[in-house]
Amino acid sequence: MIIELGHYALVLALATVIVQFVLPVIGTARGDRALMAVAPAAALAGFFLVLFSFSVLTFAYVVSDFSVANVWENSHSLKPLIYKISGVWGNHEGSMMLWLLILSFFSALVATFGANLPERLRANVLAVQGLISVAFALFILLTSNPFLRLAPAPAEGRDLNPVLQDIGLAIHPPLLYLGYVGFSVCFSFAIAALIDGRIDAAWARWVRPWALAAWSFLTAGIAMGSYWAYYELGWGGWWFWDPVENASFIPWLAGTALLHSALVMEKREALKIWTVLLAILTFSMSLLGTFLVRSGVLTSVHAFATDPTRGVFILGILVFFIGGALSLFAFRAATLKAGGLFAPISREGALVLNNLILTTAAATVLTGTLYPLVLEALTGEKISVGPPFFNLTFGGLILPLLLAVPFGPLLAWKRGDVFAAGQRLFAAAGVGLVLAAVVLYIHSGGPVLAYFGLAIGFYMIAGAVTDLWLRAGIGKVKGNVAFRRLIGLPGSAFGTTLAHIGIGVTVIGIVAATAFQTEHVVEMKPGMQVESGGYTLVFEGMRQGQGPNYTEESGHFNVMRGGVTVTDIWSSKRLYMARRMPTTEAGIRTFGLSQLYVSLGDAMADGGMVVRVWWKPMILCIWIGALIMMAGGAVSLLDRRLRVGAPQKARKVKPVLEAAE
Amino acid sequence: MTRKQKRLAVIGGGVAFLVAAVLLVMFAFSQSIAYFYVPGDLAKANVAPGTRIRLGGLVENGTVRRGEGSTITFTVTDTLATVPVTYTGILPDLFREGQGVVAEGAFGTDGLFVADTVLAKHDETYMPKDVADRLKAQGVELSGKETIK
Repeated sequence: MIIELGHYALVLALATVIVQFVLPVIGTARGDRALMAVAPAAALAGFFLVLFSFSVLTFAYVVSDFSVANVWENSHSLKPLIYKISGVWGNHEGSMMLWLLILSFFSALVATFGANLPERLRANVLAVQGLISVAFALFILLTSNPFLRLAPAPAEGRDLNPVLQDIGLAIHPPLLYLGYVGFSVCFSFAIAALIDGRIDAAWARWVRPWALAAWSFLTAGIAMGSYWAYYELGWGGWWFWDPVENASFIPWLAGTALLHSALVMEKREALKIWTVLLAILTFSMSLLGTFLVRSGVLTSVHAFATDPTRGVFILGILVFFIGGALSLFAFRAATLKAGGLFAPISREGALVLNNLILTTAAATVLTGTLYPLVLEALTGEKISVGPPFFNLTFGGLILPLLLAVPFGPLLAWKRGDVFAAGQRLFAAAGVGLVLAAVVLYIHSGGPVLAYFGLAIGFYMIAGAVTDLWLRAGIGKVKGNVAFRRLIGLPGSAFGTTLAHIGIGVTVIGIVAATAFQTEHVVEMKPGMQVESGGYTLVFEGMRQGQGPNYTEESGHFNVMRGGVTVTDIWSSKRLYMARRMPTTEAGIRTFGLSQLYVSLGDAMADGGMVVRVWWKPMILCIWIGALIMMAGGAVSLLDRRLRVGAPQKARKVKPVLEAAE
Repeated sequence: MTRKQKRLAVIGGGVAFLVAAVLLVMFAFSQSIAYFYVPGDLAKANVAPGTRIRLGGLVENGTVRRGEGSTITFTVTDTLATVPVTYTGILPDLFREGQGVVAEGAFGTDGLFVADTVLAKHDETYMPKDVADRLKAQGVELSGKETIK
């Protein structure tokens, strides 16, 4: 009964989002305020209906109601509660429910916090959100209904794919979707602006918080996914340039470009048309990512349980929204007035460079991801485009951007002085080179390029701090004055600095973990030892274990340094009973920012085990950097100038704060 | 410089960057694309030793041999032809005799395929799509267990 209520709520939600789309559109066309005012109410109602429907599905998982086909296929009564809940979105139907839930959540947020938006704009934005919701609600109800029943109900479920039975599944998809789907708001704002044919700096001010929030979530989601793949797959890698990873990375690159171009638009009313286009493209890339992952067109290590027949429906959604948005853009872009002029060497110029590089890099990743699919469709030839392609193209294109990042904030708006900025960055470059030299002294023998890579990372961190340093006047004015100036700086200044520091930290992590890692594949019998990263691992032997829904064999290793045992590592292979499927649970120990990573291979006939041991120096920097970037986004979001609810106040304090810049 | 010249310089710079990007992409494609073959293709295809390819098929029953330490040899088959493969490292959890596999690497001069990556997919009912398509095209009957999920 309760299941049918959930199903019914989903149908009602579809009806509600149809209303959310149709009535406001009629309202704005006729100038009917009553019809326009329906939008927020419908958005809230739609959200609560989807939330109820989603909760019902979750309830079915928690109580292991195997009369629901979706629960039977993906759950097991012995599964721990947390995996029963996260298992809701560990399959196609459930993950589309999560997509729709987050989409309607963002609609509800716009409805709640958009009270200060112009009436027409708000109605149009919510109408577009409604239209996207209609498409996805229809998709779920017609092709991917999670509420279908089985009769008679099986006694036991088929369990969730063991690789997904991990805390990572509880965190990664929601974060990723909050990012992916968050960009729908920017898309809706762009479409609404195109419908109205009017766009100004205020538009950018309204859009930027949404872009920031979505970007922060996407950053966290990608980082979390990377760490999850790293510890769960047991291959020691943290990024595979897998199509599914690329599908989330392309919107991230486009979204990063959007954040920066919206900044130019907000401050200088320039790059208007470009920003609108980017807002459309970013969400288009999110849709494309959804299509790639959900349609099953990819041969991918991440594509779990996908169904090609659904691909056509998503492809339809994709073509409709991207094609429609771009057509509207083509018709209307000419009516948008071009904005302010600026010299090529200026803050605007630097941000244009940022956009040029980020979008080109996104385009190359997209090319590498889609090329095998296109080639196979056209010629039937099967090829794979692997990491070497992406490392070469993406690495080559992004390098100039890394060098240029610290310059951006140091250049003045309108007309900047690149030599003056360069002089101010001398110290930062010096810091970078000196620290890299220190690393060379302590740990020589790596590839020469690696030390340059580290120097770039340190330079980016020092360069980001330089901006705050100069703005606070540290060393120029008295300490207490500088401190007061520093804390008086707007939140977005700290946000920028943090985000740029984060990139530097991630660069350091990537370079160190790639260039200085060591890997040993050895056959070990109890008592044997292997050296890795200055530690000695002694194999103590194997032990049998039993989990709630799996059996496991664990290898026990003592970790010694200088003849003294410092810690131990358990590394296991599990066999999940319901699916008879083995998984590797790597043993990982953290030492500072570095990690020892041990995974087990096959047992040998003579009682030995194949063991793979990695030393991953500074690898945690990769994800810590991403967290710092995310924190940068959050701090920027707290900047009162951006707070959507307080535009009047912001206008009042604006002159003072701009003087501080 | 006049405003027009400045604008030209900026646009020229942007175009130069895009051209560089396109050239880089084309160069990278020529360097790093791996073609996919099943053993039956190889007689016609004439793959030079040292060229990176992906070799797909089924792991032939009874051919997996553990050599010294972590070196493993096995034979990949599409029932028409077979290719011996050697691999050093840890095989994926789902690597099994009789199951689909994709090995990435190159032929040595001795005709032995040296793989540096071996992929068997996450799902126990999963067969790599490339492999399933080609085997079907060659008329190999796939049992239900091996179809693409």
